[in-house]
Amino acid sequence: MKNTAELKSLCTQVRRDILRMVHAVSSGHPGGSLGCVEYLVALYGKVMQHDPAHFTMDGRNEDLFFLSNGHISPVFYSVLAHSGYFPVSELNTFRKLNTRLQGHPTTHDGLPGVRIASGSLGQGMSVAIGAALAKKLNHDAGIIYSLHGDGELQEGQIWEAAMYAAAHKIDNYIATVDYNGRQIDGDTDQVLPLGNLKAKFEAFGWTVLENNAGNALDHVIASFEEAKKHLGKGKPVIVLMKTEMGAGVDFMMGTHKWHGSAPNDEQLQKALSQLPVTLGDY
Amino acid sequence: MKKYTYTEKKDTRSGFGAGLSELGKTTTEVVALCADLTGSLKMDAFQKDHPDRFFQIGIAEANMMGIAAGLTIGGKIPFTGTFANFSTGRVYDQIRQSIAYSGKNVKICASHAGLTLGEDGATHQILEDLGLMKMLPHMVVINPCDYNQTKAATIAIAKYYGPVYLRFGRPAVPNFTPADQNFEIGKAVMLNEGADVTIIATGHLVWKAIEAGEKLAEKGISAEIINIHTIKPLDDAAILKSLSKTKCVVTAEEHQMNGGLGDSVAQLLARNLPCPQEYVAVNDSFGESGTPDQLMTKYGLDTIDILNAVERVMKRK
Repeated sequence: MKNTAELKSLCTQVRRDILRMVHAVSSGHPGGSLGCVEYLVALYGKVMQHDPAHFTMDGRNEDLFFLSNGHISPVFYSVLAHSGYFPVSELNTFRKLNTRLQGHPTTHDGLPGVRIASGSLGQGMSVAIGAALAKKLNHDAGIIYSLHGDGELQEGQIWEAAMYAAAHKIDNYIATVDYNGRQIDGDTDQVLPLGNLKAKFEAFGWTVLENNAGNALDHVIASFEEAKKHLGKGKPVIVLMKTEMGAGVDFMMGTHKWHGSAPNDEQLQKALSQLPVTLGDY
Repeated sequence: MKKYTYTEKKDTRSGFGAGLSELGKTTTEVVALCADLTGSLKMDAFQKDHPDRFFQIGIAEANMMGIAAGLTIGGKIPFTGTFANFSTGRVYDQIRQSIAYSGKNVKICASHAGLTLGEDGATHQILEDLGLMKMLPHMVVINPCDYNQTKAATIAIAKYYGPVYLRFGRPAVPNFTPADQNFEIGKAVMLNEGADVTIIATGHLVWKAIEAGEKLAEKGISAEIINIHTIKPLDDAAILKSLSKTKCVVTAEEHQMNGGLGDSVAQLLARNLPCPQEYVAVNDSFGESGTPDQLMTKYGLDTIDILNAVERVMKRK
């Protein structure tokens, strides 16, 4: 488990990885990836009990994470690699032919750390609930985590899952919404307003927590610790985590434009100049 | 013609229920999920005997498929149950991504397939499910013919690791296969050896193929009859061996002509042994309300339709 200074330097390196990965193939989703760096670095570096050196699909007696918004694969892959699931050098293969690091995460090619394919949105909460039920049946104390885009909440399956999780007291599970207010076509408020998410999840029977600083590492860690206190109390837990799409790169923030666009050579240099090398580039 | 008899008619969905019930006792990893059709799917016994391993999902099939995928992570063997329509078309993307592409050990068990669902009409009479499922890479697709075979198939798929689509139906049909049969996934069952024509049938059409075979024998026509309970992987060797002898084939299924068993057979023959083929299948049409027997007659899936197809195909040899 890393200390806060180490985690902060890892955050900076992960941001460099994300930018370099999408730049190398002129495709991918940097915006949401940059916005979820603190969440994933905290989760894998501080919060979860997991065993990167001995990955198994079943993950018995480990905490498990499911990425439902699979398009932010760059941040997922970088954090998995830096956690020891596979060599950091493999980030160089992202989205290239014959890679295990597909555009969207998959179990199909045996990449350690990935337990479900995601990309087609709205499916990860159901999968997380299934894994949480399996933990209960197995008397396994591991915790299930999942991450969802806010735009993803427009998918109906999310609400089927939300209804089920509360009705069946799935209380070994912490979901998080990447609440950045943006999606491909524009601001979420313009595309399809989500309304009062807190009231909606509360009405469905969830414990709803808010983290208004999802790009502040200390706040993210504190938010996880708070969420864990609500486990085992008969209700699923969800954290509405405010983040900034493109966080860490000044010209990528404040817009939905970088949701699914990669920087060109010049833009990459400009972005990297704001993020000094910490652990070394892959 | 080999003689086939039966003592009673039974529904294939009850064969599924009996198989699931037995798995409940023998295989602790087996869990069952249902989307508000427990009685229709005959899952009640499992639910009663193993309440901790039964998950009533409610009318939310997409969520059911996702939860089933998640349950495999932790070593469970989930069996999902709902009508064939809601087991396939309604949740195609969930099956595609979370189960098939993810390689999850989920058994998608689908009842009330085809026209024999009857009076509920075309909204529920899916005739496209075999095609939808067989197109998914590595998905195993099974359509047994009677109660005993459905029970045996249910038990067999628990021992196979990987996604499976198991299709069965609502009406009582002759239960003629042995209760102690060894169900082998992907292995054709030779029902009658013959020389003049091959009839390849699946599901409810298998008994009708036997009836057709008897009538053909009376006319001096020797029909080879093959029960294909596994549409994917297809038993290529058994089919090619038969066609190398008979040189013509009729395929029979309660499904659209497009995308069904007949298409799988045609593809195999086109690539290896081109032969005249006639289809007994629904020809690009939705169903409608009616009794199962009325519908099978109206849509050309009866014994007489197999006989007519045999006549046509033998002329093309």
